Amino acid sequence: MRLCVLGAGAVGSAVVELAAEHGHVVTAFADSESAVVDADGIDADAVLSKKREEGVVGDADPESVFDADYDVLVEATPTTLGDAEPGFSHVERALADDRDVVLANKGPVAERYADVRALEAESEGTVRFGATVGGALPILSTIEDVGPSRVSAVYGVLNGTANFVLSRMAAEGLDYEHVLAEAQDLGVAEADPTFDVDGTDTALKGVIVANVLSEGETEYTLDDAEVEGIQELSGSMLDLAAEDGQTIRLIVEVADGAVRVGPRLVPENGAVAPSGTENAVQIEADYCGRLGITGQGAGGPETASAVLTDVERLAD
Amino acid sequence: MSEVRNDVQAYTLRLELVDEPGELLRSLQPIAEHGGNLLSIFHERGNVTPRGYIPVEVDIEATPDRFDNIVEGLSEAGINVIQAGTERYSERLTIILSGHLIETDLSDTLTQIEATRNATVTDISLSAPAGSIDVSSARLQLAAESGSTEDVLSAMRDIADEKDLQLVEPLTVGGRA
Repeated sequence: MRLCVLGAGAVGSAVVELAAEHGHVVTAFADSESAVVDADGIDADAVLSKKREEGVVGDADPESVFDADYDVLVEATPTTLGDAEPGFSHVERALADDRDVVLANKGPVAERYADVRALEAESEGTVRFGATVGGALPILSTIEDVGPSRVSAVYGVLNGTANFVLSRMAAEGLDYEHVLAEAQDLGVAEADPTFDVDGTDTALKGVIVANVLSEGETEYTLDDAEVEGIQELSGSMLDLAAEDGQTIRLIVEVADGAVRVGPRLVPENGAVAPSGTENAVQIEADYCGRLGITGQGAGGPETASAVLTDVERLAD
Repeated sequence: MSEVRNDVQAYTLRLELVDEPGELLRSLQPIAEHGGNLLSIFHERGNVTPRGYIPVEVDIEATPDRFDNIVEGLSEAGINVIQAGTERYSERLTIILSGHLIETDLSDTLTQIEATRNATVTDISLSAPAGSIDVSSARLQLAAESGSTEDVLSAMRDIADEKDLQLVEPLTVGGRA
């Protein structure tokens, strides 16, 4: 497949780097300021080093990528709330040209799911967004395979940064501020980790799951989620939990048409208390009971591999 | 196994009825419908609960299967089942509260939890690293009536809101209390 990759952050860059290995060609690549277009396929190494050294991917206008020859638009620009722009407009333009879309950006399917589905219905193109929930973990594809109507609940840990902070607090008896600073030094937490620790990122993923489960009956956005973060937790609260064989994790619960995110007491070595930056999700489904998916979810190459898996599925 | 399940046993049901004509009769219908044998009824008409309900104690005989159906039938009919056989307080819940626990009167907090009537505090562990005037945390173990986990948690949220305390709930989705 010929890919047009928008966004040159960790995920977009990793998609460009790994595309050839998966048998795909990147014909257009853009960040917010610049673009490079080549119908024969861009030179990934050259473009990525240009991005690292000069801060741009090429000399072309970012707008020019939409005129390129491509089959699949990979939307990997930063997630934005509310109108989900500019990601949403990118999806709109690709679908208007009857191209497929693979999202790494959560905004369009978390904040404007019905709009995206309506545009998709008018188009020959298809939208896939497996990478938006749990990165490389096959959470949405498992729900798709089981059948959304047979899934009664999805819950677990979907933010590696918050999980890292809580597992360190529990292991070392340290307070939140201390561990967060350490996580930033290690590069686990971003310079501005607000969305990770206040529950917003986890809630967006929960909302996407809720949208998939509702199969168009109800549209969910971030406003429909009940969200509480981990900023107020102290080391002594984790100590109290440990005395009882439990720990605290930032958990999303999608069940009975509601999305709730907040710190929850869970069994210390249980299925939804992964260590470090891992994610862990349980899917409850009719007939097959509880399915567990655990692993390293986020990260550039991990999420890029999920994007390329979606591209494969479109090719089938 | 079927022999055991067919054994008729005596059960006590504690119900709370709305103070309206016909409620007692309505509460007995599921028992009759599902094959329970009525032994006695103690209708405490003059003894209204703090929430304005009338407590009723019903002794019946039934097989365990039928008894389960009776309790389910009562719940479906919207009858408040406070105690069913030996099932009272069969669910264990752990919560953590954090904030100005001492200043907001911890014993009053516990009294309020007890006053919710479908839960009782069975254990408490307090951590006040900076002394009684600062933020402290407590782990509370609650015994809740069967099936009332969501009601108990909702009451906890109200109490925590009112006292400006942070509540960490247990994960209960998917029946894991």
